[in-house]
Amino acid sequence: MSVQHTAAKGNGHGHAHEGHGEHELPFWRKYIFSVDHKVIGIQYGVTALVFLLFGFTLMMLMRWQLAYPGRPLPVIGNLLGETAMPGGVMAPEFYNQLGAMHGTIMVFLGVVPLAVGGFGNFVVPLQIGAPDMAFPRLNMVSYWVFLPGCLLMVASFFLPGGAAQSGWTSYPPLSDIAPTGQTAWLFAMVLIITSSLLGSINFIVTIVQLRAKGLSYWRLPFFVHAQLVTAFLLLLAFPPLEAASVMQLMDRLAGTSFFLPSGLVVSGDPLKVAGGGNPLLWQHLFWFLAHPEVYVLILPAMGIVAEVIANNTRKPLWGYRLLVYSVVFLGFMSFVVWAHHMFMTGMGTTMSTFFQTTTMIISIPSVVILTCFIMSLYGGNIRFTAPMLFATAFLPMFAIGGLTGLPLGLTASDIYLHDTFYVIGHFHYVVAPGTLFALFAGIYYWYPKATGRRMNETLGKVHFWLSFVAINFVFMPMFFQGMAGLSRRLYDPTIYAHGRGVQALNVLISFGAWGLGLAQIPFIVNFFMSLKNGARVAENPWNATTLEWAAPSPPGHGNFVTEPVVYREPYEYSVPGKSTDYSPQFRAEA
Amino acid sequence: MDAAQHEDVNKHMGKYYVVFVALLCLTAITVGVSYLHLTRPLAITVALAIACIKAGMVAAVFMHLISERKVIYAVLILTALFFIVLLALPNLTTFEHHSGMPGT
Amino acid sequence: MSETVIPYVVKPHPVTGIPNGKFGIWLFLASEVMLFGALFSSYVLIRTGMPHWPPEGGLASEVLNVPLATLNTAVLITSSITMVLAWASCKMGKLPRFRLWMGATIGLAFAFLVIKYFEYTHKFELGHFPSHDNFYAIYFTLTGLHGLHVIGGIIVNSYLVGPGTKMWATDPEHFTNRVENAGLYWHFVDLVWIFLFPSLYLL
Repeated sequence: MSVQHTAAKGNGHGHAHEGHGEHELPFWRKYIFSVDHKVIGIQYGVTALVFLLFGFTLMMLMRWQLAYPGRPLPVIGNLLGETAMPGGVMAPEFYNQLGAMHGTIMVFLGVVPLAVGGFGNFVVPLQIGAPDMAFPRLNMVSYWVFLPGCLLMVASFFLPGGAAQSGWTSYPPLSDIAPTGQTAWLFAMVLIITSSLLGSINFIVTIVQLRAKGLSYWRLPFFVHAQLVTAFLLLLAFPPLEAASVMQLMDRLAGTSFFLPSGLVVSGDPLKVAGGGNPLLWQHLFWFLAHPEVYVLILPAMGIVAEVIANNTRKPLWGYRLLVYSVVFLGFMSFVVWAHHMFMTGMGTTMSTFFQTTTMIISIPSVVILTCFIMSLYGGNIRFTAPMLFATAFLPMFAIGGLTGLPLGLTASDIYLHDTFYVIGHFHYVVAPGTLFALFAGIYYWYPKATGRRMNETLGKVHFWLSFVAINFVFMPMFFQGMAGLSRRLYDPTIYAHGRGVQALNVLISFGAWGLGLAQIPFIVNFFMSLKNGARVAENPWNATTLEWAAPSPPGHGNFVTEPVVYREPYEYSVPGKSTDYSPQFRAEA
Repeated sequence: MDAAQHEDVNKHMGKYYVVFVALLCLTAITVGVSYLHLTRPLAITVALAIACIKAGMVAAVFMHLISERKVIYAVLILTALFFIVLLALPNLTTFEHHSGMPGT
Repeated sequence: MSETVIPYVVKPHPVTGIPNGKFGIWLFLASEVMLFGALFSSYVLIRTGMPHWPPEGGLASEVLNVPLATLNTAVLITSSITMVLAWASCKMGKLPRFRLWMGATIGLAFAFLVIKYFEYTHKFELGHFPSHDNFYAIYFTLTGLHGLHVIGGIIVNSYLVGPGTKMWATDPEHFTNRVENAGLYWHFVDLVWIFLFPSLYLL
């Protein structure tokens, strides 16, 4: 009994109620332990958005301490307990917890789950014309291993000693001797990493094996190429961090000394361990993951930007093949640059030169990709819809982020800039007005497909402009603070003269951050309001060309009403001689 | 399951038994060699070489890698590359000798 | 059950030539190579950084139980051939044979764990816990993680020889694929031990 590729049956109006003789799934099978990639995608997406907001809130708290060091925080300061905020003043340990958890949550519980778990799961099967992912039950397991990891992460705030407080990087020896929250961090990471590994297997098999008839690799939307490379990064780069986490757990729980050197003294007392370990071992294993991880953060975003730009310029992407080669090369190179995070650890010149060279080389595909996107705008019939605003803003923002990375990748300048606010400015430009803006573009773009309704355009534009202005007030001053020598992870910048010199910028940044928080209100309102009041849409409200727009909005079980077939390249917009300015991949007409 | 498949498998059974015996022999050899107390570099080379041969046989024959598809080879070659990077670079970086002066 | 029909679950994809499950398990094994690879890299780094290995002096082969580990190596190798025989039985349509050889595989896996248990408890009796020094730390962590993977294999194989055989009645080819995939995982567990054994015990 063999299983053929059958025409997957959805239903015309795309509600999840079956209409052809199959029994209805109970609520908990349809919405909770669902194996449908669309439900799982929404589960990941909503969970991630909640954690993005939570992680951002942690930062908004930190910004009070940075703007007004040692001052009690009115109202909120009295709600967080006497350990965290004695007398309403932030305790240094709590500041460190907020810092470590902000980074961890934004990266592992926010951006990646939204970009890969959310958008990847929802869009990829639709864009390749598949009825679901290759392993639907594994997909469900992925989410339900992820969520407990998230809950454990957040619950760690309530442990004695509080949450992890050794940076999102968890460097030993400090992390080895930190309070219990660090152990919770490690277990949570093991769960989250496992979830990610299972997901990446699913993505690779799905994209390779389940493409629709006629959908060759060179006809795939760039978004799918980006997700495929991302899946390989997750598959091969995460396990070393899992191994390292096991070793740090052994150090913390079994008294081993993987990362503890001999002769370590803590608060005047020699540590009673065997020693002989190496803290740099953790750094190597951590950054072996964490560098490819930043490409995991950016690649899906680039994929979204590609889709939105092509659609809203009404012309094909410029340099599609170049984009694909670049993103593959980028993925490959991302595995051999990691020690540029470790230039200050005393490595010799041969190895630091090696990593500096690979780091310079890896900037090339990024520039190529950005150039292709910018060239894609030229001569386009541009519609500045809400998604397009975010996607267009991505370009200069990512450029700033990328360019400011260069002095960090060059060892000579990194000596000065390492671990200063310059670094924070650099990576936030790429992830915040970079990736996060692209993710917002994706939400505005694909919301109609997922819900059957449009989001409100005016609120979207308000959300964009407020966020765009605020976010630059937050991160641009950080470059100047860093160049003045201000260190990151500093509880009170004013203890140093050079810190006092740039303290005024801290006030500016903090107000920018709080403004950025307020700027999200139109988005949150829009998101929920449009579920009930948004204008209803048919399959293809954006007049787009890729396969997901052939399915109903929202798609039913099995996604497509008839088996999709692909007839042409993914971005056939404004083809001369055609009556419409777009020729969808799935339409047969000559 | 058709007769052709049955025959196929039967043909291969011989190979599987040969590999099984070879693995046991190589295990005995590797333990025996350890008693020779060779110099460190030689001991490592011989032990790992034997291990690679054993692993190669398990992979090629038991795991059918010898007749596997290109896509699997591609994944494994990519993995092998990054495995080597992971093994080599941290060790090279940690143990590069320098005088301790900045920039040396 | 209103489940969508996924193509190439049993029949191989026309271009790649493999079904989804086989592709999936090889990808999983690739990630496992990186997992154990990280631990091997750590072993090299820590060991190279120490003047003596084992730190307390002597040789690894004197401190660890080589005869027991050699026996365990033979046990795992044998379990690999019984796993192959289990799969071959499926290919030849012989379910009782499959049960026999899969049962043997599981039994040998248990034997491995029992021998490991004796090894570990002996170390503990001497007061040699992972915290004793990094030699024991790496030994327990590497063999411990490997042991967890053996347990994982026992669980999967027990499912296949137990409730999983229900699928044989309706879709024997799909079931055979599952056994083959489980076999790939099991051989990998054997592979890791093939490197662990000399690296930890003999060198």
